[in-house]
Amino acid sequence: MALLLKNGRVVDPSKGTDEVADIVIRDGVIVEIGHDLTIPKGETLDVSEKVILPGLVDLHTHLREPGREDEETIFSGTAAAARGGFTAVCAMPNTDPVCDNGSKVRFVVERAAEEGLVRVYPIGAVTKGQAGEQLAEIGDMRAEGAVAFSDDGHSISSAGMARVAMDYLKAFDAVMVSHCEDTSLSRPGVVNEGVVSTRLGLPGWPAAAEEVMVARDIRLSELTGCRVHLAHLSTARSVDLVREAKARGVRVTCEVTPHHLFLDEDALVSYDTNLKMNPPLRTAADRHALVEGLLDGTVDAIATDHAPHAPHEKELEFELAPFGTTGLETALSLVNTHLVATGRLSWNDVARLMSSGPRAVFGLPRVRIEPGQVADITVVDPEARVEVAADSFVSASRNSAFIGQRLLGRASEVLVGGYFALKGGKVVDR
Amino acid sequence: MLSCRHIMTMSDLDADDIISILDTADSFSEVNERRIKKLPTLRGRTVVNLFLEPSTRTRTSFELAAKRLSADAINFSASASATVKGESLRDTARTLSAMACDLVIVRHRYAGAPHMLAECMDAHIINGGDGIHEHPTQALLDLFTMRRTLGRLEGLTVGIIGDIAHSRVAGSLVPALRTVGATPVVIGPPTLMPARPDVLGADVAYSLDEALPTLDVAYMLRVQFERADAMPFPSNREYARLYGMNASRMASAKPEMIVMHPGPMNRGVEISADVADSPRSVVLDQVNAGVAVRMAVMYLLLGGEDSGAAA
Repeated sequence: MALLLKNGRVVDPSKGTDEVADIVIRDGVIVEIGHDLTIPKGETLDVSEKVILPGLVDLHTHLREPGREDEETIFSGTAAAARGGFTAVCAMPNTDPVCDNGSKVRFVVERAAEEGLVRVYPIGAVTKGQAGEQLAEIGDMRAEGAVAFSDDGHSISSAGMARVAMDYLKAFDAVMVSHCEDTSLSRPGVVNEGVVSTRLGLPGWPAAAEEVMVARDIRLSELTGCRVHLAHLSTARSVDLVREAKARGVRVTCEVTPHHLFLDEDALVSYDTNLKMNPPLRTAADRHALVEGLLDGTVDAIATDHAPHAPHEKELEFELAPFGTTGLETALSLVNTHLVATGRLSWNDVARLMSSGPRAVFGLPRVRIEPGQVADITVVDPEARVEVAADSFVSASRNSAFIGQRLLGRASEVLVGGYFALKGGKVVDR
Repeated sequence: MLSCRHIMTMSDLDADDIISILDTADSFSEVNERRIKKLPTLRGRTVVNLFLEPSTRTRTSFELAAKRLSADAINFSASASATVKGESLRDTARTLSAMACDLVIVRHRYAGAPHMLAECMDAHIINGGDGIHEHPTQALLDLFTMRRTLGRLEGLTVGIIGDIAHSRVAGSLVPALRTVGATPVVIGPPTLMPARPDVLGADVAYSLDEALPTLDVAYMLRVQFERADAMPFPSNREYARLYGMNASRMASAKPEMIVMHPGPMNRGVEISADVADSPRSVVLDQVNAGVAVRMAVMYLLLGGEDSGAAA
């Protein structure tokens, strides 16, 4: 089967290129890139005015299967990923049961092979049951396909346990993904400590509760030599700490989420639980510092922290509702609207932050747009008008912090191994 | 008539609303002195006391206010309701809405509960205390008591002393005082302060003794901490020494300064018995004002609508 993508703007951050070209894909592999190409038979798709990116990957997705299939499944979550322009997602292990041994990793791998519309890379738990007390079977999980390890949702509160985990992970050169939250400072906080916690009478979750853990884990990475990836950084000081650590040569990487980049605590004018996330929305100054971190290379990846939740749980009182917003279907549109259309990021930067950068963080197979490479490709229509509505999602959940927003640009096609997962903006169910 | 449909936070009320409530409460206060204390004003209207956390004083005050206006007052409390069986607040609200009640007073341990009710039902909502957020009718009855006792509100300096961080009373009283032209000063150890007292509109002092001579009102908050870990102060004894109101401290206050307390009092902790029982304590006046002020807000929220033949 052959496919010709005609007249797209082909972006490849590994070469820094951004130029109009034709791409020929045959049997799932890119075979030719050039001008005025034709194919004798097969499908030709005119993608002029569209941007062709190496397939996007999300480092931080909650697929909820097994355990909360009412909120998301591997099928619905990967459909949401395809719709958002991702060719791969990394699945967090805080399922029920927790993904903390090889057979549970294998379950995710096998389910994804059967049902997934995009690639799924499982992340294993660092400690058994993510309880922070005893190492999980990291070697076993790695052998079954876990690409990184995380107790996401929690910090490993004991520094001694965190050190043991990092020491152990180092033998595999595996990455520890750290959710930075000192709960002795943050609990029972539900919003940023400061103006909003005072005004709404809600318990505050101070920025320092994240920053002390960022500082600790950077220091433990230096001590152990383990690669540490800091998830969903939300504060200006956290970004400063990573910047300083990178300058010293510490093996630390970090991600930021679209909601922390494009929303701040000022959005919390009432008690909308779709704006309740962990870490919480911070100040406008923090938000600007995160964007600076994207621009200067401190931040390695934009990751969604896609966290689907059942409506009957999100409709509880603010203090009782679960943390999290969905994100797979809005991330690319938000990045385009706020950073590309405004001239702050180039498409090469987007490819760096949403494709090559995150892949390097977890050591995932590289994805490039050149002959001989597997065709994992995201096609973006940068002019598409997007209205985010509660009924517009293909995710099984609709708890988006961005409902009601009008955005610019979205994925029109997604190719995974040469097969369409998204075509003409519609998810293609295989 | 008020400028708002609900009283969920003090920000729903402007200065004219507050004065209108206090003036109306003045006239109801006279009714409360009569032998027959009942008016037909809200006959046929249904008022629901939705109290989802234990409360006797506030619930009783609202119930009495509703009954004195001849409304049908129904108590829907947590222990006797579906909420203990796990019905969500939204479903409770929809259930009450289906029963066509006119006014719901809600007390809940979580902030934002009144907003949630307002989204789900047609009735008027009065916040009877939500989490550590606000308790607007308490602030209104406090203003009423201050105005009655001191003759004015504008220009008063009101010290609010104690656990500001966890006090819904302070959450409403501070902005209420600002709205009427008084100066709220929150006084307590930093461990009991909200993150940003300035957002509420309060000046901040850590020393009661330093602030005391400037105060026209000393508003003592109830101190209640049962936790052993991370206690925000070392002991009740030390708290009383630094922040408790007692006779010797009263000696360095202005002679006309009054002492207030939202109740229930911890005698010997935030207030000594001799001060609590002294003529400068207006604690029982506050309780008395509570009924009149709550009659006023019910009347002003409901009376403006078609109040029927009984009005």
